[in-house]
Amino acid sequence: MFTTRKQYHPYVSPFDPCHPICTKTYVTPPNLYIPFQPPNLPQFPLHEALKKGTLWKVFYDPYYGPYETAYKGDIQ
Amino acid sequence: MKQMPKEYYELLEQLQAVDFALVDLTLYLDTHPQDYQAIQQFNQLAQKRKHLKKQYETLYGPLQQYGNSYSNYPWNWDDTPWPWQV
Amino acid sequence: MWIYEKKLQYPVRVSTCNPKLAKYLIEQYGGADGELAAALRYLNQRYSIPDKVIGLLTDIGTEEFAHLEMIATMVYKLTKDATPEQLKEAGLDAHYVNHDNALFYNNAAGVPWTAAYIQAKGDPIADLYEDIAAEEKARATYQWIINMSDDPDLNDGLRFLREREIIHAQRFREAVEILKEERDRKKFF
Repeated sequence: MFTTRKQYHPYVSPFDPCHPICTKTYVTPPNLYIPFQPPNLPQFPLHEALKKGTLWKVFYDPYYGPYETAYKGDIQ
Repeated sequence: MKQMPKEYYELLEQLQAVDFALVDLTLYLDTHPQDYQAIQQFNQLAQKRKHLKKQYETLYGPLQQYGNSYSNYPWNWDDTPWPWQV
Repeated sequence: MWIYEKKLQYPVRVSTCNPKLAKYLIEQYGGADGELAAALRYLNQRYSIPDKVIGLLTDIGTEEFAHLEMIATMVYKLTKDATPEQLKEAGLDAHYVNHDNALFYNNAAGVPWTAAYIQAKGDPIADLYEDIAAEEKARATYQWIINMSDDPDLNDGLRFLREREIIHAQRFREAVEILKEERDRKKFF
């Protein structure tokens, strides 16, 4: 399997006036890891597929903002 | 003030769920034209959506026009609500 | 030709009257990586792309119009019946004096949509890479809007749209593989 969140630690100068963010995160979405979708991959049931925005589970990669509490089951 | 009943939203969402699977399968089949099983699933869902469309239109009016849906009397295509209003 | 269907692709809801969020969302309506640009980009490129991927460009381009309607619905609901006073507070006073409550194809900073946002090089690989980049940029834009939004119902719809960008990028990547004609078909089928 693969992960869809990566981190790096930017250089922090003593002369940066904004409070430093020591760990930055970026997204590497599932499409980067599946060059060509193989047949018969597991699907979501129809209603769930609509809610999630994908029929195939392998592509599901939800994004939550800082104002939302992430549902545990949704985090990869 | 006209308001849509709870059942309207439920049926609409059923239709949206089937149609969504059809959209996603369409894009998949555009790049996987040889996947027999996916085409079978596509055709089964297409049949299901045909029934749902009929059920929806009987209750809430035409989904498409230009002759892709039947009309009541009087002409009910432009009855509210429009999709962004519900 | 195109046939309109009188329903949204996804049940769009918003929690509160919030013109400020509408101001951000307009980026995906008339911005460089927005849904209008996406639809017009793909539906224009399809006339000069190999036959094998015309269907994909047509279908993704068509889905983008469904997404455009979802964004319009979000903006409509977030600003419906908002007073000029509320629009002013949200920084939409300049929009209001020009357009009242009408939607307009501009970005979050008020810059009107331009055809310069979309490319058509006529080279299939160049155009498909442009499309993949456009999908990733749209995905990122949805992330930044979700970061700014405290409306859980709105974010639910935005998450759906962001997920669609991932699927579209996947299909465009597959289109590139198809055009390379080097795929070992047995491996995949």
